[in-house]
Amino acid sequence: MRAHRIVPNSDENTVKIMLSKMGLSSISDLFSDVPREIVLREPPNIGEGIEEEELEREAREILRLNLTAEDARCFLGGGIWDHFVPPLVDFIASRQEFLTAYTPYQAETSQGALQAIFEYQSLICELTGMDVASASLYDWSTALAEAARLAIRVTRRRKVVIPRSAHPERREVLRTYLRPLGVDVVEVPYLGEEGTVDLEALEGSADDAAMIYLESPNFFGVVEDSVEAAADLAHSRGALAAVGVDPLALGVMRPPGEQGADVVVGEGQHLGSPMSFGGPSLGIMAVRGEMRLVRQMPGRLIGMTVSADGLRGFTMALQTREQHIRQERATSNITSNESLLAIRAAVYLTLLGEEGIRSLGLKLVASSAYLMRRISEIAGLEAPVFSGFHFKEFLVRAEGIDWSEIPERMARSGFLGPLPIGRWYGELYDCALTAVTERLTKEDMDSFADALGEGVRP
Amino acid sequence: MRDYRQARWRLGEDFLEPLVFEMKGGGGSYKFRIEEGILDYLGVSDPWQLIPPDLRRDEVGLPSLTEPRVARHFVRLSQMNYGVESGPYWLGSCTMKYNPKISEKIASLPQVSRIHPYQPESTVQGALKIMFELSEMLAEITGLPHFSLQPAAGAHGEFLGALIIRRHLEELGEGRRDEMLIPVSAHGSNFASAAMAGFKVVKIPADGRGRIDLGALRAAAGERTAGLMTTNPNTLGLFEDGILEVAEVVHSAGGLLYYDGANLNAILGRVLLSSMGVDVAHLNLHKTFSTPHGTGGPGAGAVGVREGLQDYLPVPVVRREGDRYVLDYSVPKTVGRIRSFYGNFAVLVKAWAYLKMLGSEGLRTVSGVAVLNANYAKSRLEGLPGVEVPYGRGEPCKHEFVLSLEPLKRETGVRALDVAKRLMDYGVHPPTIYFPPIVREAFMMEPTESDGLDEIEDYVRAMEEILEEAAENPESVKSAPSRTAIGRLDEALATKRPILSWRMYENKRREEEGRGPG
Ligand SMILES: Cc1ncc(COP(=O)(O)O)c(C=O)c1O
Repeated sequence: MRAHRIVPNSDENTVKIMLSKMGLSSISDLFSDVPREIVLREPPNIGEGIEEEELEREAREILRLNLTAEDARCFLGGGIWDHFVPPLVDFIASRQEFLTAYTPYQAETSQGALQAIFEYQSLICELTGMDVASASLYDWSTALAEAARLAIRVTRRRKVVIPRSAHPERREVLRTYLRPLGVDVVEVPYLGEEGTVDLEALEGSADDAAMIYLESPNFFGVVEDSVEAAADLAHSRGALAAVGVDPLALGVMRPPGEQGADVVVGEGQHLGSPMSFGGPSLGIMAVRGEMRLVRQMPGRLIGMTVSADGLRGFTMALQTREQHIRQERATSNITSNESLLAIRAAVYLTLLGEEGIRSLGLKLVASSAYLMRRISEIAGLEAPVFSGFHFKEFLVRAEGIDWSEIPERMARSGFLGPLPIGRWYGELYDCALTAVTERLTKEDMDSFADALGEGVRP
Repeated sequence: MRDYRQARWRLGEDFLEPLVFEMKGGGGSYKFRIEEGILDYLGVSDPWQLIPPDLRRDEVGLPSLTEPRVARHFVRLSQMNYGVESGPYWLGSCTMKYNPKISEKIASLPQVSRIHPYQPESTVQGALKIMFELSEMLAEITGLPHFSLQPAAGAHGEFLGALIIRRHLEELGEGRRDEMLIPVSAHGSNFASAAMAGFKVVKIPADGRGRIDLGALRAAAGERTAGLMTTNPNTLGLFEDGILEVAEVVHSAGGLLYYDGANLNAILGRVLLSSMGVDVAHLNLHKTFSTPHGTGGPGAGAVGVREGLQDYLPVPVVRREGDRYVLDYSVPKTVGRIRSFYGNFAVLVKAWAYLKMLGSEGLRTVSGVAVLNANYAKSRLEGLPGVEVPYGRGEPCKHEFVLSLEPLKRETGVRALDVAKRLMDYGVHPPTIYFPPIVREAFMMEPTESDGLDEIEDYVRAMEEILEEAAENPESVKSAPSRTAIGRLDEALATKRPILSWRMYENKRREEEGRGPG
């Protein structure tokens, strides 16, 4: 066994002292219970260990092959966004007390994390207009799947209704999660003109549903204008109404909590965390304060309590829902979640505050409206494709053009995006999804529009 | 006695640090300005005109605070939290080892943090290469040739593993196999994951030595058996020395062997999972491969499978084609996707960096010292009054061990919970308690390879003093802790009268005020 810089007792001398105190002579004595025939003679070959300097050099050498949103301007979205991360968020999240700690099972020595996560839950409730938010799930897609499982338990029904305009990868995840339960996932079409859900079709599928789900803005960036009607429909048929949101839209737009939603899910990566190639991300889930819903929530919930010394404090609450107590009858298997991203989101939302979240929402609305119009003025391009109201994202159409080569071309001109969507929507094969963030200037958008015009020219 | 005090910011009569909603503003917060020319171009004077009136929102309800106030608030909260660099953190089953800073540094490079999952493959070759190399290293370490890096945590990996088993059995026309065998000492998530994947759970008892009861396993295994989920060493920290028989029983019944990698740290570089007959496994990269736990995530739960099961992995899979790396979506019998995108990439980068730094020899250093430390600590603690070793006495443990404080409770009325709370007053993090459930008053201790000898001795001294105190003055232990930011919390109340958000808190207070005094 070779001594290593990051392993304190690995030097020969210490090993000897410790072994001799136990009356042993070799580390291998400690592995005498492992059947001889499976003990490896040589360690697996993963190469020689390297020191930090060389490691950093090698990492940079490999990573140089990535084109970043620093080198290029990012117009990609679809569930992960390159929003601005205030430096304070990185600073707080890199404090070892938050970075390295684990699940706050021992509340008295973990008040900081517990309060920060309670604040995250509270901030999400304010944004969504709901009463109870979970401490986090893995990402939007698994939050959606967990919402469906929750609805199935609450209603004891075996059907889930989702629009085709919901993110394709989320629909796939939903199917993966529900397949073992034998639950039907019914997809309903979107309106070809508006891009919003086809309410009539929704109504036609609503019987016996456990959950009716709307995503707003949907995958095309279109804000659903009938969340309330869908929620009413769900309730009239005994289903739960679930809504998927981009939380940044909720600074300026009516929250699902005011529109009849029972469950809200969404993505929180962009609330103060970087894109990181799509992970880690932050699955949001919030419900109305009815105990029949709260008791069915998956994963961790932080609650308020009091201490023996008479102070307000925080601890994990309603743990009998969770796997470590309920085992196979738990509401979910989730154990580790995405807590550090929840803390990041708490710092982010607090720092932005009321004015920040509202001005950000307005800026995103203005920027996307600007870019849509700029693109639509270019011959051969149409934006947006749908007539509904758009938030932050929209489809561009280049009629009759196959987009597959265009992203590469755009990358060479210094742009990430747009995203062709033909692989999910055959009928929209000549469309691509574009997103804006507040990081993009007017000049960035102008040059993107121009490059796109160039890019699609045959 | 060591003198330790956790920071305590008590800024109100009955609270520590106020909630962000209770703090007062002043000054300005962030403001995002719309660039000049944009509104003119759109022909509006006010951006609100761009939003249909019935969709607009008047108020959100977020606080309005300046940056210095926010910074102090969260720094104070962090000071009231205990991390791995605060001191010993023997939280059994969680492998709370030191997280090297170089990994953090690399993961914070923009080439990691600011790349988008939908960029063209040609522009993320570095990211794909790291994922590929990590998969290759994990394959070497486990003997399982094919990996998916998609799962966001261990439990997510278990779910995926169970789905793979299910799909494989269906493919073989063995879909009637609907029972998953799980030892009673297993982690709660194993049972829950199996159930989520549609299996009935059949619990297998432990024998007198704390191992899987082979007789019971033989009796339970049969035509309905889909597989067995187990971890080795098991949650008692004992190596399942009958693992080859266990595998044989499961396989000959027609089931698959699933391995929960939470305890891999014990045998890193010493035993291949494949040689134990494992078909499917998840690894907790945030445990064994030292990526930070983040107060409960993000983690990563890579899933590996033996030859013959690779066609069920979730899409996409990272592959090498010549000197290029690609995301392959054409996995013929895939179980589907279990999340968006490709996995917790930033976490994967840290695990990659850690393994590069360790190298082949370092793997054994890690497991060797982790096991050395655990055995040493066990040998120092097992003779103390009130302590007993219910399983594994007189034989080596692996990376962790489980004490029972049942004798202490019998003699003094002081419970494992109380001792755990008192440990905090010594500036150490308590172990995992009341797990595994087959041990009464369980104290599950995992020192990891990151604690030095002097720190282990300190921990032992703290335990000695507490056990002495328990004998002399049990009430004082029962009222611990007193040196943490806050005294003992009423956890039951948080469940009995749930207040889970600022909103619920305000409503509750309003209700109480409405009722008035008396
Ligand atoms: C033995 C065991 N299995 C599985 C898990 C679940 O892992 P995770 O928390 O990464 O989901 C844990 C950890 O909490 C564990 O200790």
